[in-house]
Parts: sequence; C-alpha cells; structure tokens
Amino acid sequence: MSSLKERLQSLGRIPAGMFEVLKTLGEKPVTVQYPEQQRPMSSRFRGRHHLKRYEDNGLERCIGCALCAAACPADAIYVEASENTNEKRFSPGERYASTYEINMIRCIFCGYCEDACPTNAIVLEPIEFPTGYTRESMIFGKSMLLELAPTGLPDTPQRTEPGKFDRAIVPFPPIDASI
Amino acid sequence: MTPLLEAILKTLALVFVALTGFAYLTLLERKLLARLQARVGPNRAGPAGLMQPLADGLKLIFKESITPSGVDKAVYFIAPVLTVIPALVLFAVIPFGKGDAFQLAANVNVGVLYVLGVLGVAVYGITLAGWSSNNKYASLGSLRAAAQMISYELPLSLSIVAVVLMAGSASLAEIVNAQWPGDILGWFIFRQPVAAIIFGITIFAETMRAPFDLVEAEQELTAGFLTEYSGMKFALFYMAEYVKMIAVSALFVTFFLGGWSGPFVNEIPILSLGYFLIKVVACLLIFIWVRASLPRFRYDFLMSFGWKRLLPIALLNIVVTAFLIVIGIPGYK
Repeated sequence: MSSLKERLQSLGRIPAGMFEVLKTLGEKPVTVQYPEQQRPMSSRFRGRHHLKRYEDNGLERCIGCALCAAACPADAIYVEASENTNEKRFSPGERYASTYEINMIRCIFCGYCEDACPTNAIVLEPIEFPTGYTRESMIFGKSMLLELAPTGLPDTPQRTEPGKFDRAIVPFPPIDASI
Repeated sequence: MTPLLEAILKTLALVFVALTGFAYLTLLERKLLARLQARVGPNRAGPAGLMQPLADGLKLIFKESITPSGVDKAVYFIAPVLTVIPALVLFAVIPFGKGDAFQLAANVNVGVLYVLGVLGVAVYGITLAGWSSNNKYASLGSLRAAAQMISYELPLSLSIVAVVLMAGSASLAEIVNAQWPGDILGWFIFRQPVAAIIFGITIFAETMRAPFDLVEAEQELTAGFLTEYSGMKFALFYMAEYVKMIAVSALFVTFFLGGWSGPFVNEIPILSLGYFLIKVVACLLIFIWVRASLPRFRYDFLMSFGWKRLLPIALLNIVVTAFLIVIGIPGYK
C-alpha cells in the first residue's frame, strides 16, 4: 500500500504528462506528404522489375532460359522462349523470351530472379510499387517490363549480320561451384 | 413574432449550429490530435482539409447499411436515435448569452434537474445498442457503459448540487447570474474548485471519452457497443458522442466558468455569445488534449475511483459548502 505522499505525487504526474504532450505542438510534423514528397530509397531497394537491354546495341538481355521462373519461390514468372534468327533478332544467342509475364500480385519481391539471371536481364529497381484496379492488369507482360531501346539504337527485332550474335553474352565468368 | 415561431426558429438555428459544430469538432479533434502526435492530420479534402467532415458524411451516407443476423431489429434501429436525442436536447436549457434572445428555456427553474435527467437517459441508447446487436463485444461494451454511467452520475449530480447551493437556484440562467458580480472571481471554478474538478472528471466518463473510453476500448472490445453499426447508424452514434461533448462543455462553462459572463456584456449583449463560445471551445480543446495525453483506466480502477474517491469527496464538498453558506463566509452568501 503506497503512502498518501506517494499517491499525491503520482497524481501530479498526470498534468506533468499532459504538458509533456503539449510540447509536441511546437515540433514540426514528421509526416511526409507521400505522392508529392517521397523519401529517398536505397539504390538496392527491390521495387518493380525491369527487363534490361544491352546499351551498345539495343538487343534484349533476356535469352528466355526461364531460370528466373525456376528460382521464383512464388511461382509468379512465366517465360516462353522462341528462336532468334539473323533477320529477326531480339537477343544475342539462340533464343529470346517471346512471352515474359510477371504476376505482380503473386510476386514477393525477394529478388531471387535477379540472382538467377545469367545475363543480368531482370533487375528489381527502386521505383514505385506497381498498382492496378484489376487482377488482370497486375500481370505485367513484356510490354510493361522491357526497357525502351537506348536512344539512337533500333528497337528489337533487329536485322543483324550473320555470326555476330550467335552466342549469348554472359557478363561475368560463371561462379566456380567448387568454392 | 409569435413565441411559437420564435422558439421554432431558435431551435432550428441551434440544431444547425450543433450539427455544424459536431462536424467541425471532429475535424478539429483529428487535426489537433495529429499535431500533438507530430503528424499533420487530414489535409486532402479541400483547403487544409476543411471539407473533410463533408467527405466523411457523404461516405457514411453511401455506405451499405448492414443489419447483422439475429439482431433485435426494432431496438437495433431505434438505439442510435435514442442516443442522439438526449445529446441534442441538453442544449435546450443552456443560456448561450445575456438576455432572452440567446436563450431557449434557460429560465426553467428545474434546469439542473432537467440536465441530470437527460444525462441519465443518455445511457439507454448505448445499452440498448449493445444489447440488440447480438454480439458479445457489443454486449460487454454496453454493460460497461451502464456501470460506468451509473457510477459517475452520482458524483456528477452531487457536484452540481454544490453549485445549486451556491447559486440558490436550479435555473441555469440564475446560476450564470450568480457567478457575475462584476469580476472573474465570481466564477464557481474559483469558489467551488472541488466541485469543478469532480464535474470535470465525471463529464469525461459521461461522454465516454479517453481516459474513460472503456465502453469502446478498441484493444479489448473491437468497438464496444458500436461494433455492429455501420453507415448512417454509426454516424448517429458518432454525432451523439461529439454533440454530447459540446453539450457537457457548455454545461461546464455554465456551471463553473461563468457562462456568458465577461467584461462589457451589459453594454454589448452580443459579446456574451462570443464569450460563451470561446469558453466552450477552450473546454473542447482540453477534451482533445486529455485524449492525446492520458491512457485508458483499468476497469476496476475506474469503478473504485468513482465510488471510493469521487463520491465521498463530492458528498464532503456539499457538507462543507452548506456549512460555509450557513455561517456566511464572504463569497458564500
């Protein structure tokens, strides 16, 4: 049982606390007015996916190998590959992704597709989260995902000289599995 | 102008002011609460969010009115109305300014009894709402409401008794007159500080606002008696809460802050209305400030505080006040 003095002291803490709250009126609100103001995002933030191109020739990086679809824990990626020809070339190497769909509702933005990609074609970039009014509109096809061709370079499919793009371009030496 | 027409016009004006006041009180509360939490508050609808109450109202009107299965339909529909009416009719006896022009029935000589009666009736709407909803949370909320209101009505009434003793009348207009001998020290908050504190605490419980909002304690009871209400029926409860907040603030002003009184009211009667409104808004700001600061009471503490602390103090206050009046201390007649 607390003494009367302690009780009176605890009673005094009520107005003390109230004035503590009142001090906040002098502070600047911490709110960020979201669509107009945006907080800086980490450059490594995993936002929406982009399919990249080679900057020197405008060809698509994606070779339609579907490793991203295999790596995807949410089963959100669907890839269909088709053959490249020198008359209609989309990417270096034999094949390209004729269909590339990501279901943005299923996607958990883990970035495993990025890690799986042998050509660094798919990249999650720090831009706004995809939104839509219908489920159908949330399945992003190639038209939504593929970057525009770099300025001055032709869009795919391109007509290329035989022998130049016969093999896929793998940017890094493959990781040594024995390490 | 016939007295009837005058009464109708005044009533309409009053209802209009009360409802607009309610709408903008919700905005004021959200804005101030936000600032007290270092936020901005609603600022999208209209300039500085001023259209927010309108947007809220429109939204609630167009909401689907859901009636859950197993409710007692008649009671379920009447309960919101029963909650709003006592809140609105409380205004009838409050003198808003000096002279008959600003008063509806302030000269009724049982004004205080009327106030206590209406405050007592107010619990019915909430109890019935919770009981008819066929929901355990709602039932618990309404049980709490009933217990809380009964517990806090006693000290509330007893604190007003002290005021009535001081004023020598139960008419609210007379109570205001008794507080204005010409200076601010005549206000009953200075001559009856204990009664003012008790009244101040109990009106928080009476309007079921923080820290006495156990009736709709979100963390334990979802929304208490409101759980099953949506759309306009929900809006009516919301309206009742805020209109009642304005009404009890007006009562606090009338009983303890000298009502409409202030300097120069004899020369310029319209000034009295201004003083009254300023005081009411000040009380409302305190309501919001308290909500931003204090956590909710534990239920057993709420009960023991009402019965073991406030009630004895209120009784003692009456005895002391009566004694002081009988021996004739200056300031006590």
